[in-house]
Amino acid sequence: MKPAPFAYAAPTTEDEVLDLLAEHGDEGKVIAGGQSLLPMLSMRLARPSVLIDLNGVAGLAGITEFDGGVAFGATTRERAAERSALVGDRLPVLAEALPLIGHEAIRNRGTIGGSIAHADASAELPAVAAVTDAQLVLRSRAGGERVLSAAEFFQGHYTTALADDELLTEVRIPGSPPGAGWAFTEVARRHGDFALVGVAAMVVLDDAGSVEAARLCLMGVADVPLRLPAVEASLAGQPVSADTVAAAATDAVAGLELASDVHGSGDFRRHLAEVTVRRALTTAADRAGAPA
Amino acid sequence: MTSPLTSTDISLRVNGEERSATADVRTTLADFLREGLGLTGTHLGCEHGVCGACTVLLDGAAVRSCLLLAVQARGAEVTTVEGLAEGDRLHPVQQAFHDSHAFQCGFCTPGFVMTTVALLAEEPTPSRERIRECLSGNVCRCTGYQSIVDGVALAASRDAG
Ligand SMILES: Cc1cc2nc3c(=O)[nH]c(=O)nc-3n(C[C@H](O)[C@H](O)[C@H](O)COP(=O)(O)OP(=O)(O)OC[C@H]3O[C@@H](n4cnc5c(N)ncnc54)[C@H](O)[C@@H]3O)c2cc1C
Ligand code: FES
Ligand code: FES
Repeated sequence: MKPAPFAYAAPTTEDEVLDLLAEHGDEGKVIAGGQSLLPMLSMRLARPSVLIDLNGVAGLAGITEFDGGVAFGATTRERAAERSALVGDRLPVLAEALPLIGHEAIRNRGTIGGSIAHADASAELPAVAAVTDAQLVLRSRAGGERVLSAAEFFQGHYTTALADDELLTEVRIPGSPPGAGWAFTEVARRHGDFALVGVAAMVVLDDAGSVEAARLCLMGVADVPLRLPAVEASLAGQPVSADTVAAAATDAVAGLELASDVHGSGDFRRHLAEVTVRRALTTAADRAGAPA
Repeated sequence: MTSPLTSTDISLRVNGEERSATADVRTTLADFLREGLGLTGTHLGCEHGVCGACTVLLDGAAVRSCLLLAVQARGAEVTTVEGLAEGDRLHPVQQAFHDSHAFQCGFCTPGFVMTTVALLAEEPTPSRERIRECLSGNVCRCTGYQSIVDGVALAASRDAG
């Protein structure tokens, strides 16, 4: 047995979970897919006294329609979302990102809410939440319900607005603007590895074929998913061309502070980020109907 | 609501048989299978989700048994590599691996075999590209992978799903 000792609770309703969280506070920890938490328990990086299992909680998993988009119960498996026709239809950027998460055996257990609550700076789903203007629903006994934007929720690597007694219950992703083209592009050393950099992009074109609206979110280059409102705004009104895309990519990486590690130097990451922004914007514009 | 447990009786179906044993709640399914039930066919390499050696089927889906607590598998149906052969007759995926020399030391093999069984159950005729993608979560130190991809392709061509 590698994890430090803990007590295990298997509640069956959300109310029981909230009671347990209220009772145990920072000594309690919920487990969803366990695909990030089990390694942390085994390495003793996490040592909760009480583990609260969400897997038997009725009604916490599920995929439903929401505002032209889709709402996910927190414990919806990544693999279930990947196979959902509704997701394929309405959230192409999520459908493109999901298969990039680890491997099938990981996604069979890993959950949408778990990935977002875990808030790894190199994880795909936080970037998807940020680029789609997702709403994150948090509940606790003391605080009732609050609904946060991605910008409010993600506060740093592995750090979120979730209080010790709070449960992420739902991830609501609104539908796309009409005509939007989306892309999720990343560079990883091997298939299934955490990516070095990733970019989620959206482009909407006007009747003349110029950019009407754009969204851009970088992953793996900061301690939170990085939306770039200034670059997004500067794209509006521009014709879609290699020059426009290249200029946006240069601007997008200009302010980044990137550290070096065994996986690559800061300069290499900056280069990858610039190329990836270019690819993502080009693909999104193509998918929005820009002439090749 | 039942109060939090530190040790409990765990009953589940393994390879079609009802099994049960008492275990500390922090026991992973992998350790429970190996030490609690004596099923040592499920191998442990990294014990944190990266190598795939411990892959088993949980209600038909491939999962890492090192990333699941045994207590979470109560009431579930688990299939391990021991559950594949019928008597002396190897499972078609095992036979195809054998025929393709899809292993050398064999340490990684149970994980590759279980991953392949899950793949072929869902997609009986995967492309070579798809096979490679699906096997990307399993690590082998010996073979260089080509013969493993061959083994999966051979199994698929024999309708082994
Ligand atoms: C080999 C391997 C490769 C991987 N590769 C990738 C990858 O490329 N990209 C990627 O994004 N991820 C990757 N992952 C992680 C995987 O996506 C995890 O499933 C995910 O990060 C966490 O989801 P989970 O449901 O397993 O959460 P858990 O591991 O159960 O929990 C993670 C954390 O979130 C908390 N938590 C979970 N659910 C809630 C909730 N509803 N409310 C409040 N807190 C909650 C837990 O308390 C814990 O602190 C990989 C994992 C492995 C083992
Ligand atoms: S031992 Fe479970 S994935 Fe390596
Ligand atoms: S055959 Fe030796 S590790 Fe794969």
